[in-house]
Amino acid sequence: MKRFSAFNAVSLTLGFAFLYLPMLILVIYSFNSSKLVTVWAGFSTRWYGELLQNEAFLDAAWVTIRVAVVSSTIATVLGTMAALVLVRAGRFAGRTLFSGMIYAPLVMPEVITGLSLLLLFIGIGLDRGVLTIILAHTTFSMCYVSVVVSSRLVSFDRSLEEAALDLGCTPFQAFRLVTLPIIAPAVISGWLLAFTLSLDDLVIASFTAGPSATTLPIKIFSAVRLGVSPEINALSTIMIGIVTVGVITASLISKRATLRQQAEEQAAIRA
Amino acid sequence: MAEPVFAPWADPNEKPLIQFKGVTKRFGDFVAIDNLTQDIFAQEFFALLGPSGCGKTTMMRMLAGFETPTEGQILIAGQDMAGVPPNKRAVNMMFQSYALFPHLSVAENIAFGLKREGMPKGNIDDRVKEMLRLTRLERFAQRKPHQISGGQRQRVALARSLAKAPKLLLLDEPLGALDAKLRQQTQFELMDIQEKTGTTFVIVTHDQEEAMTVASRVAVMDEGRIMQVATPAEIYEQPNSVYVADFIGDVNIIEGTATPEGKGYDVAWAEGQRPFHAETDKSFSKDQRCFLAMRPEKVAISTDEPEARNRVQGKIIDIAYLGNLSTYHVELPGGTMMKAQTANTRRLSRRALTWEDQVWLSWTDTAAVMLEG
Repeated sequence: MKRFSAFNAVSLTLGFAFLYLPMLILVIYSFNSSKLVTVWAGFSTRWYGELLQNEAFLDAAWVTIRVAVVSSTIATVLGTMAALVLVRAGRFAGRTLFSGMIYAPLVMPEVITGLSLLLLFIGIGLDRGVLTIILAHTTFSMCYVSVVVSSRLVSFDRSLEEAALDLGCTPFQAFRLVTLPIIAPAVISGWLLAFTLSLDDLVIASFTAGPSATTLPIKIFSAVRLGVSPEINALSTIMIGIVTVGVITASLISKRATLRQQAEEQAAIRA
Repeated sequence: MAEPVFAPWADPNEKPLIQFKGVTKRFGDFVAIDNLTQDIFAQEFFALLGPSGCGKTTMMRMLAGFETPTEGQILIAGQDMAGVPPNKRAVNMMFQSYALFPHLSVAENIAFGLKREGMPKGNIDDRVKEMLRLTRLERFAQRKPHQISGGQRQRVALARSLAKAPKLLLLDEPLGALDAKLRQQTQFELMDIQEKTGTTFVIVTHDQEEAMTVASRVAVMDEGRIMQVATPAEIYEQPNSVYVADFIGDVNIIEGTATPEGKGYDVAWAEGQRPFHAETDKSFSKDQRCFLAMRPEKVAISTDEPEARNRVQGKIIDIAYLGNLSTYHVELPGGTMMKAQTANTRRLSRRALTWEDQVWLSWTDTAAVMLEG
């Protein structure tokens, strides 16, 4: 084992401080009993309580969660379908173009995605609200799902599906009974990723949200412009919590699947 | 009293189970199967043997329904298979990779096809138990595929493909992933199971020893065509071409020109050397180019000059010691190399032959097969 040198300790501390100090301060001040954000006046969960009384925030939170659940579900279905076609369909005209285009939104500036969606919704006369945010979030998160699922499908043994067909499945049954259960961890990670992205999004949501529906990030952003309140700190802390749980769950699911497989393979070797 | 020999292909009244009629399969410009016509009979153990890319796997995939012929017809039990999808065929396949469903247990894997049939639960359980017993997997029923060994996985794949009692079982390089010893043992198990169930087996393999061991008939394939179909013994003893002779086992091929003599031909093979004599039913014109194919084990090696009509002197260049056998590589006058094989029935120290020794090779008039090319 290599010794943990002082230099390593310093660089690690600096790096993580750089990453997490701002969040840590936010979390600490969310338990501040003072109304002044910068003055510590003792521990209290008062702002969490007040948050629960704030209708506007609760409404926004409810909209955000609905949008995230619905849009990530639709994005998962569409993204998985896109991945299946791109990995499976063999060679067809424009395949390379399509696979390139599915990744393009990943690097597209969000402002542009948001603006173009806004123009589209105005063009077709769709009133901005929950529906438009859902559509917009589906659009930008499905390519993430597609990337996650297709990386799993590339290593998927096609003969498993052929075996299912051979044993009497229709192509749809083969997908439902064999392919889907096997790629499920990737599909679930894709869903969680899409969910987290939707939860976090400010830019695209602010283009596509209307007066009838506001998401939490928009609400926080506009509230902060009038001054940071301890309530916002509490809210942000909750969101950090949700996102952290989401990300950890997603990585645990895939990690556990790999570990289990390794353990079982080793058990098989010993047997 | 001898049992009647199983040879439905020799009986003109026997109806074939599978008929390939002028089947051609192209992938773009590549011709995988070239106008192939072949019958396979019920309860046969039919081996498709050939190097990779010879079209044997394509033939099997067409039987399973994963590929459709570009031209021609495939009939199973008299029914044209065109347009019949894989899930509607009374054909099951054992995949090269086994293709076991990793998320299902051994028993669930075996039950998979039966459930799709809509068989009642009780019957499924009975059938699964029967298959587990047949493949000696009772103890592993609840394990997942990656909790068992390669040989056990292979047996699960076999049990799963046999569970639906198909008319025809296709085996794609079924033993490829097993080590030599386990493979041999499994070959005999396969034959045993084939006999017990009475299923028709079509096996694809590139391992000629495997094909010879298990098959009732072997089809040797090359570049989308069947070169010869015959029983293992016939393929080995009476190959119809240099390609087949060379593909199956070890062989000496000597090129020469034929002159009629007695019940066969004298074959002049080198300037200033006595011609070799071979008996054959085939007819060759005088001075026609021909090939002699001789199995190394039919060539005797000795230090003294033998009596046989076919004899030639040469020098030992190399000795391959295989334990039970030794193969001597002997250089004949003019540089032709010839292999002679002897069983090592004596202890190593008592054997006299060694490198650089001058030896005599000899064989009988019927040992060599005369071929046109």
